[in-house]
Formats: sequence, structure tokens, C-alpha cells
Amino acid sequence: MVGERATSKALKFYLPLALYLFFLLFPFYWMVNTVFKSDKEMYNLELNPFYIHSPTLENILHLFTKTIFLKWMANTFFVAILSTLIALGASLLAAYAIQRLRFRTSQPTGVAIFLSYLIPQTILFIPLAHVIFQLRLWDSLWSLVLTYPTFLVPFCTWLLMGYFKSIPKEMEECAMIDGASRVRIFRTIILPLCLPGILSAGIFCFTLSWNEYIYALAFISDTSSKTVPIGLVTELVRGDVYHWGPLMAGALCASVPVALVYSFFVEHYVAGMTGALKE
Amino acid sequence: MAEVRLESVCKRFEEVVAVRDFDLSIQDKEFVVLVGPSGCGKTTTLRMIAGLEDITSGKIFIGERLVNRIPARDRNIAMVFQNYALYPHMTVYENMAFGLEMRKTPKEEIRRRVQEAAEILGIGELLHRKPKQLSGGQRQRVALGRAIVRKPQVFLFDEPLSNLDAKLRVQTRLELKKLHSRLSTTAVYVTHDQVEAMTMGDRIVVMKDGLIQQVGSPLELYNSPANTFVAGFLGSPSMNFFQAQLKREGRAISVCRGSLRIDLTQEKAAFLDGYREEEVIVGIRPEDLKPVQEHVPGRTFQVLVEVVEPIGNETYVDVEAGGVPLIAGVGRNVQVRPGDKLVLTPAMERIHLFDIRHEQALCSPKPKG
Repeated sequence: MVGERATSKALKFYLPLALYLFFLLFPFYWMVNTVFKSDKEMYNLELNPFYIHSPTLENILHLFTKTIFLKWMANTFFVAILSTLIALGASLLAAYAIQRLRFRTSQPTGVAIFLSYLIPQTILFIPLAHVIFQLRLWDSLWSLVLTYPTFLVPFCTWLLMGYFKSIPKEMEECAMIDGASRVRIFRTIILPLCLPGILSAGIFCFTLSWNEYIYALAFISDTSSKTVPIGLVTELVRGDVYHWGPLMAGALCASVPVALVYSFFVEHYVAGMTGALKE
Repeated sequence: MAEVRLESVCKRFEEVVAVRDFDLSIQDKEFVVLVGPSGCGKTTTLRMIAGLEDITSGKIFIGERLVNRIPARDRNIAMVFQNYALYPHMTVYENMAFGLEMRKTPKEEIRRRVQEAAEILGIGELLHRKPKQLSGGQRQRVALGRAIVRKPQVFLFDEPLSNLDAKLRVQTRLELKKLHSRLSTTAVYVTHDQVEAMTMGDRIVVMKDGLIQQVGSPLELYNSPANTFVAGFLGSPSMNFFQAQLKREGRAISVCRGSLRIDLTQEKAAFLDGYREEEVIVGIRPEDLKPVQEHVPGRTFQVLVEVVEPIGNETYVDVEAGGVPLIAGVGRNVQVRPGDKLVLTPAMERIHLFDIRHEQALCSPKPKG
């Protein structure tokens, strides 16, 4: 009986979990595996490809000495942090207004903001390119800082709206009766209570900005202004020659900040996504 | 301290009229309870007094001041909410001090007032805790403390006891009443619990569908309900109602329903001068139906016991009399079983009669005692 239950649990729980983990972690393993292999070992089909026979740091050295990877990292940080801050500021105010201030079009506005999220970036970059050109921001990091919020704001607003909804309205009303102004209530009551929601929205924005490809590819052509995803692909793929080792080294180094952000705030992130204010 | 006056106040939410023609004058230091079923407009009325809801028409005065356009924070009122609305990220002390800080009260004065309120409510040792570390009853006290530190002109309570368990509710009810007599501040209290309303209010306002049904002291309302709604809403178990025919024999008037006949007292009959032999609604409270030994036609009626509900201090029996289902309180010492036959007599001077069309009282019985 007990044995049967254990087998059933293994089949229903551990097997799908193992498959899922394999599916998620294999690309990461392959990336690490490639980083520490020399080209010679990588292209030798007689060797076991899942194992590193003679580990080397030559790919990492190539990345840091023969490309301006650190500059790309700095650019990516600059763009990701600024666009996250802009998106969070706008989303917080928009979500609060839609959820808490009573005006006739609040609900349609909420839906409209969400619908704008559904417009694919591959379509949106065409009119945005025109705007960027008119603003003379071509080849400038500011073109990305200003355009990333177009896809960050809708989702964050929607996420924060759900979060604001979970805060009892009476709490604000009580503060109102206590003598606090709307701005004061937002600052002293709402913001501290929404911290998990703000953090998860922030992580979401940061990750999307960090990984963004299409806008960066369309608006930036100067090597020193590129972000990591574009820099790696345009500088380490020459014609039909792929420098797999440095490419994977770049991907590995670029994924570290995102992994760190997630691991620090994972609890807040989950709380923020579920949107509950638990007393 | 101040009186509160509402003059022809109406509130409309798009097509729905939540409150209509609400007229009420609440005296200084008075404790008034707004009671009624869900959706009757009692909370909306309270929120309009608080300034959390705009009024569609009418006037609200707090003291001599017309407050229609005055924001909540400038009305000098304090409100206790059903879910307490404590700020979860602040300690009990910070929660209680928040309102005073907003009014730029000196720190020393804040500390003194919070300590004083905490002492009154017995929460002195909880001041450094966060709301999540408190029990329901303690949270309720903190919410009360937050209201009293401000020394407002008017206290507003929005069903503050409904989240407490039955025992704690009774205890807190008593404490609230003591607190009111100690602070002597005008209070408006909203509840859907008629026992709470009866025990706490100096006056009760019964509401239904946004309209005031009756205003009066608890006993006034209980003994002389203006209509079947008030009569049925106050009292547990609820008043027995049945339709019956008025029968005249000279100056005497009886109400009859099948085999059931009750001769009305001359005093009651005097109220029915304008009425011919027509249908009325008869109302008798369960405690006004008592068992007797002998059957006297016109004064008693025979019933068949269907269900017996002993609750300790009283035994209620569900009976059937001439096709009419009734509930009677027969006293705790009467031994009855389902299927038994009983003879019941109503307290004649306490029979209620209502007009069948508008369900309004035709004659008011004498108050008990």
C-alpha cells in the first residue's frame, strides 16, 4: 500500500518535476559548458559534448579584452534602471488613480492600458522609430530609456492595480478622517503597504529592459552605445561565423545580475504577484 | 461635543436611490443607532455624515456648521470601521498617534493622550505591537483608541462589533456603552443586529430601502412599532403576523381567522371606529402568548405543538392555530412535546393591528411596565 503510494507520487510529482527542471536548466548547463571549452574541444565531434575535458578561461578573456563588454553592461544597467524608475513612477500613479479615484472612465482606462500591452513590439517599433528620429535621439541610450516604458507601463499598471485593490479602502478613508491629504496617504499608507507589489513590478521591468532586443537593435548602431543583447549578437557573430565561446561567456555574465535580483527579492516577488495584503 | 442634524438628505448612486428624505436631529451626547437589513442605506448615511460620501441633496449640520462641502478631515469626527482599518505597518502607538500627528499636535501631548486612551481601554502593554500580533478584540480596542485620542465632536461606528465572536461582542458592547457615558460624546452607530441596537442606543432609527421607518427609544419601538417592518425587525423570535377579519357585534370588535377568534379590548376597538368588517394584519409577540388551563372563546385558542425549542431561560414552541403558524414563549418550566395540544392566551392589551394595504399600525399598544 505504502509502496504503491510512493510509486504513484514519483510518477505524478517527481517525474514531471524532473522533466521540468531538465527543460529549464539544460540551456543554462549548455551555456556554462560551452564557456569553459576551447574552440578545438568544442568542434571535436569525437569527444563527449556534455563534459569539459580541458577547462579554459580563454572565452572569458576574449570577451573582456577583445570586445567592450563592460561598456555594454554599463549601458544596459543605465537603460534598465532608468526605464524601470520611469515605468514604476508612471504605473504607480496610474494604477492608484484608476483603482482609487472615482472618475467615470477609470475602468475603460484600465482596460485600454492593458490592451496597449497586447500590441506587439515588432509593430510598435516602426512609429516609435519615427518619433525617436524626430527627437534626434538616434544612437542614444535615451531612445531606449524613453521607449521601454511603452511596454513596461501597461503590465506594471495592471499588476499594481490588482495590488491596490487588495488594500482595504477603509484604511485610506480612516487616514482621510484622521486629517491626511491624498498625497500624504499615498506616501505614508499606500506605498509602504505596496512594497512587495512595487518590488515585483520593478523586477519585472528590470528583467524586460535588461533582455530587450528589438528596440535596441532598431535604434542603436554605434558599438559603444549598444546594450548587452545587441552587442553580443552583432559583435560576436561575424557573417556566418559564430564565436560560440565568447557569446556564451557574455550570456553567462549578463544573466548574473538578473539572477541576483531575483534571488534577493524572490519572496517579495511571489507576494507581489499574488497581490495579497496579509495581516 | 455637538449635535448632528440631517435635513432631507438624499443619496443617489446613478439609478439607485440609497437614501431618501432622511430627516434626523441627534442631540449633543446622544447615542443613536441606525439599524436595518443589508442595503437599507444605514452605512451610506453614516458615510455621508463622515464626509466619505457626497450627498445628492439635503443638508448635514455638525453643531451649527453646514458640512455638505467640508472634507472629512475638517469635520472633527472619528470613525471606527467594521474591519478596524488599522495601518498594518505601524505599531499600535503609531496607529493611535497618526491622527494627532496629522493635526500637528506636540509630541508630548500625543504621548499623554495615547497613554490616557490606552489606559482607558486596557491596551497599555500593546502599544509597541503591530496589528497582526493582536487578537480581534484587541484590534477592536486599538481602533476605538485611535478614535478617542482625537477627542472628536462626533463618534461614528460602522458595525464595529460584527467581526467579533458572540461572547466578545456582548462584552465589548457593554464596554462601548460605558465608554460613551464616560466620554459623553455624540455617537452614531450602525448595525444590522437588532439586539445591539436595542441594548446600546438612546434612540434607534430603523431604516428600510433608504427610508426611515421609525425613530424612537428602544422600548418605544419595541412596544409601539409604526409598521409591520419595524415590528418584525425588532425582537427575536420575530413577532407573529397573520391576516384576520374584523367582526363587529355592537360596540365589540373581534379579529377572526378560521376557528381562531380574539375579542379586542374596548380601548383597542376605539381605534378602529373608521374600519368596517375588513381584513387587517394581527401581530403578537411570542412572549405575549402564554399557556393557560381553560379555553375561553374569544380570549384563548387551542393550538397543536409542532416543534419545541428550549433555549434555557425560555422555551419557544412552534404551534399551529386554525391554519396559522405561530411561535409562543411558554416559559422554561412548561413541559411540552411535539403533538401536544395547548391552550394559549394573548396579552390582550399588547396585540398589534396593522392596516393590510400600507402595513401601518392601526393602534399602538400600551408600553410594558
